[in-house]
Amino acid sequence: MAPRREPTAGRGHATRRQFLFGGAVAGVGAAAAVGIDYALNRPVEAADAASAPLNGDVTVPFYSAHQAGIDTDAQSHGLFVALDLLDDVDRDGLRRMMRILTDDAARLTQGEAALADSEPELAVAPARLTVTFAFGPGFVSRAQRKAPAWLQPLPAFTVDRLEPAFSDGDLLIQIASDDALTVAHTARMLLKDTRSFATVRWTQQGFRRSYGSVAPGTTMRNLFGQVDGTANPKPGTADFDTVVWASSGWLAGGTSMVVRRIHTDLDKWDRLDRNGRDQSLGRYHSNGAPLTGTDEHDEPDFEATTSLGFPVIPEFSHVRRSRSDNPTERIFRRAYNYDDTPVGAEVSNSGLIFVSFQADVDAQFTPLQRRLDELDLLNEWTVPIGSAVFAVPPGCAPGGYIGDTLLA
Amino acid sequence: MNTRTTPLAARFGALIAATALLAGCASQTSTAADDTDTATAAESVVVVDAWVKTADEGMSAAFGEITNNGDTDLTVVSASTEASSMVELHETVENESGEMMMRQIEGGFVIDAGDTLSLEPGGSHIMLMGVTAPIVAGDDVTFTLTFADDSTLEFTAPAKDYSGANETYEGDDMDMDMDSHEDSHEDTDESADE
Repeated sequence: MAPRREPTAGRGHATRRQFLFGGAVAGVGAAAAVGIDYALNRPVEAADAASAPLNGDVTVPFYSAHQAGIDTDAQSHGLFVALDLLDDVDRDGLRRMMRILTDDAARLTQGEAALADSEPELAVAPARLTVTFAFGPGFVSRAQRKAPAWLQPLPAFTVDRLEPAFSDGDLLIQIASDDALTVAHTARMLLKDTRSFATVRWTQQGFRRSYGSVAPGTTMRNLFGQVDGTANPKPGTADFDTVVWASSGWLAGGTSMVVRRIHTDLDKWDRLDRNGRDQSLGRYHSNGAPLTGTDEHDEPDFEATTSLGFPVIPEFSHVRRSRSDNPTERIFRRAYNYDDTPVGAEVSNSGLIFVSFQADVDAQFTPLQRRLDELDLLNEWTVPIGSAVFAVPPGCAPGGYIGDTLLA
Repeated sequence: MNTRTTPLAARFGALIAATALLAGCASQTSTAADDTDTATAAESVVVVDAWVKTADEGMSAAFGEITNNGDTDLTVVSASTEASSMVELHETVENESGEMMMRQIEGGFVIDAGDTLSLEPGGSHIMLMGVTAPIVAGDDVTFTLTFADDSTLEFTAPAKDYSGANETYEGDDMDMDMDSHEDSHEDTDESADE
């Protein structure tokens, strides 16, 4: 069966429409019962035509001006692999590696086995698979090209307790799909093909709600129970393009990527009651609405005060602190949760793989993080334990390869 | 103009060729062996998904899908590449003791009209018997196929690291590891420094 392609660049419109249609039918109540009766008595071929298409067949186009996996509605599973280049890999080696990896990704994302794929049967259900490549400072220096000024480790923040095992790297591969088996096979295939060029430095495995559990486009929840990412610019808008895409040099059409592993202290969080949680975030945990609103996407009113004259959204809250008065200081978040094996007497080892994309780290991300470092009540329950910055090259045309604007 | 293929078949063939180019795998050029107005074997053939196993020296193998879009059967009689001093067309067959052995195929690869020959690890393949210089991952290796009508077809195969394709070679007592490079992955990191 040929994989089904999304009609527009990676935003899941097809699936969203199907979901809305399904929801509308269910919402009609009695009419839905009639519909079911009708469906049961329809000729077989009509029922087949109406049967739900498999999400496993859905593909996101690979060749594009921008790499997929950034403006793609986030898939259920995300794997982040950082690699260190071997000492003998030169500019030509980088080119050879990226050509191989591009060919692998171009095939696997379209539901086709990679060349020399030992398990081709595992490639048949891409389930919106995207593979996104990003270059660390070491990669660009090995390519003997000038890196953007922001391509370096973030400045040290007082809240940081960074571990090398989750920090930095020369090459990052983000593999995301609604199918965990597909993610694992894709990683295996790509990493077999990096053996001659690099070693694995770290991997981080993350998840969101499974496909089909909630409506596509629903803002994710983290393991604190928070609605996480409400303020994101919307893919497909001019606003998103301004926030995310770089416009000059070899990075034109690309972006920057910050990956930070944020450990969350769920035991300590458990001691905080619902009101305290809402106050620390500045939003209601129930639906993500700001404390001054009723719906998730209501604009927070930072001027509103209580009868005692205090701000309704506290000054120390995450929402207030992460909102800059400077409109350029905005980012696009695309995080995943992690829940790993607990250590010692702990019952959880959980947190957030914070991922953000922005055109310029120094101008957009770092000022925000400075504000949060200075004051954010959520710091009481969170500790950054990993941090890495990468340059995401643009997409490529058929016949080209990811990184060709840097390496060709 | 190839008048023997239907328009549909011609379009399909073109589509395959275009797909191969899009995927960046096997670009190819064919040469006519004579001046007749009928298509040569090379003109009827499309090679896609070609790749060659990396090797520092000695032996290696190339794989891919060879499709005969023509309406007559054809035979690949030989293959050549600058990457190897000696190239053979091999098939893999079961010997008397039930082992799968590879050996040179007599008469070459016959591909019936409309059929596709899959060259794959554990099956038929293009055998590089004397790798002249290291074939490293991501290299492009150019091969030339020669057909029974003397027409030739050139295609390019990217080199990929691959741990398999260690077939036993008929007529030899020892297992022929076609790529000594691969063994080192399993116990040491030697390959990383080579």
